Amino acid sequence: MSEQTIDRGSIASIAQRYEARPEMLVQILQAIVTEHGWVSEDVIRQLADILNLSRADVHGVVEYYHDFRTEPPGDHIIKICQAEACQAMGSRDLTRHADSSIDSDTTLEPVYCLGNCACAPAVMVNGKTYGRVNAERFDTLIAAMRENSS
Amino acid sequence: MSVVKIFVPRETTSVSVGADEVALAIARQAKKSGAAIQLIRNGSWGACWLEPLVEVEVDGTRIAYGNVDADDVPGLFDAGLLEGGAHDKCLGPTNEIDYLVSQDRWTFWRCGLVEALSLEDFLAHQGFKALQKAWQDGADAVIDAVTASGLRGRGGAGFPAGIKWRTVANTDGDQKYVACNADEGDSGTFSDRMFMEGDPFGLIESMAIAGYAVGANKGYIYLRSEYPLTHTILSRAIETAREAGWLGADIQGSGFDFDIELHLGAGSYVCGEETAMLESLEGKKGIVRAKPPLPAIEGLFGNPTVVNNVVTLASVPNIVNLGGERYSAMGVNRSKGTLAFQLAGNIKRGGLVEKSFGITLRELIEGYGGGTASGRPVKAVQVGGPLGAYLTAGQLDTPLDYEAFMEIDAMVGHGGIVVFDDTADMAQQARFAMEFCAIESCGKCTPCRIGSTRGVEVIDKLIAGEERDNNYDLLIDLCDTMEGASLCAMGGMTPYPVRSILRHFADDFASGHK
Repeated sequence: MSEQTIDRGSIASIAQRYEARPEMLVQILQAIVTEHGWVSEDVIRQLADILNLSRADVHGVVEYYHDFRTEPPGDHIIKICQAEACQAMGSRDLTRHADSSIDSDTTLEPVYCLGNCACAPAVMVNGKTYGRVNAERFDTLIAAMRENSS
Repeated sequence: MSVVKIFVPRETTSVSVGADEVALAIARQAKKSGAAIQLIRNGSWGACWLEPLVEVEVDGTRIAYGNVDADDVPGLFDAGLLEGGAHDKCLGPTNEIDYLVSQDRWTFWRCGLVEALSLEDFLAHQGFKALQKAWQDGADAVIDAVTASGLRGRGGAGFPAGIKWRTVANTDGDQKYVACNADEGDSGTFSDRMFMEGDPFGLIESMAIAGYAVGANKGYIYLRSEYPLTHTILSRAIETAREAGWLGADIQGSGFDFDIELHLGAGSYVCGEETAMLESLEGKKGIVRAKPPLPAIEGLFGNPTVVNNVVTLASVPNIVNLGGERYSAMGVNRSKGTLAFQLAGNIKRGGLVEKSFGITLRELIEGYGGGTASGRPVKAVQVGGPLGAYLTAGQLDTPLDYEAFMEIDAMVGHGGIVVFDDTADMAQQARFAMEFCAIESCGKCTPCRIGSTRGVEVIDKLIAGEERDNNYDLLIDLCDTMEGASLCAMGGMTPYPVRSILRHFADDFASGHK
């Protein structure tokens, strides 16, 4: 378990942005993940209170969707498409290359289609999609990512 | 000197290969050279293989430059880019690029042409004309036109749109909804995204027409989270339309109320299934509902709901404008009109090709696509996403027609065509089909939830050469169970790619792939 926490005031304000409507739970969680990167147990408790849902309801939704991480991610998030169009262009080799070359501050996640299938393989680096990514271009993208964050 | 219009797409694929950097470089170079330019961010024409595709308007004609890199920009200016000057990357006039002009652009005609986020440009290109005509013609006439057009659901299922609309219109209810399925999860598909990024107001108009026809005053768009740029563009377009009185109460004084709420998905493939999508729109887990009741009768929050895919809805404005018969005159048999095919994977000239049904796979893959990107022979083609069968090079003469594909145990689906060359290991693709189902199953029914995991295990044994005959029989039996006893297409159709590989590419199991 992580010791990181997520500010409760921020969660309340995100929920209010959606008028605390329980049917907006997926949208609220999406906004939380966008802003904080993950969903903690405390967030689940707090959302259950605010939205008048059971903790089991909120927990179920969090568990169900791939986007709702329950552990804090690294400083950078890289998603390599693992679906067929990218497989046809070498995404399996690219993923092995990435696995062996990324640093521990980077979270590598699978994604099933970025909709960039005519310019495969596709990779998303911190929310931005790149196409025609071979190992060499991958390394260039990672170097640029590091430069931008330093 | 007059202001020169330069078009650089702001569309995911184009941006993914450097369009933003190119746009920036052009703006800088123009400033440096004191040239007066207007930089227009259009959508993509769909020729992804030419992206970033830059166009310059010279005497009313747009001159195209393909595969432009930011580093090319100073050289392009030196070569007289602003006058459409000759350069290695110059492709000549856009309206003479064969890949584009030979298409039947019924739905995507505005994509690439207009500045995506300019309401003014949209209005100048017939924007909201169909909605206004719908108000004149009346709701019944609109549904009649959609029925007469023979338009079928473009998300994959191919259900007649007119029948769905008529059902919602005829169902009693104080509150009805239009739910636009923009959860385009199939690998090899990107037509919904391209439409939304290139013609976002077109989707707004299409949904408003659907709302008017069936008596719904509220629409939802369920957009997958993997499309962040689409989200930005759509959000802005919805705001703009609202500010200008094209969404909201009493649109343009017509007495018709309609507004749209944009929702994001959260990475679940099954949420592209219509009832799972409705669950997700209600803020819940995306678990498939049993049908009946049909969403047209009891859909979102229990109310009558039209659920249509983006491209289905987007085909409607021209059906209203030009008449259903014009649409049904295109295509073959019961596959009327056009489909925006998407050429993807290992293909030289990948992109979006909107053509009438009846074109063959060969014409698309060899004609438009130019064969594989690797230059090697085509080994397999998966049509219709991860639940679609793999076809062989020997089946390329099959015409794109819903029924013709069903006859060969394949499906047209959402029109995604993913090409593999002869280095592909089809046993691994069969394994992936089961693995993907295991990852994405919503868990409601056992054949899908458990069967997919067992499927991966059995395929692993087959690949390892363990008890080949027994495991083969077991896999067929498992496919039968999944196909016959799953609630939705996820478990029910995962066997299609698996069986097609067993049927056509059994050697990849038998000898161990080299």
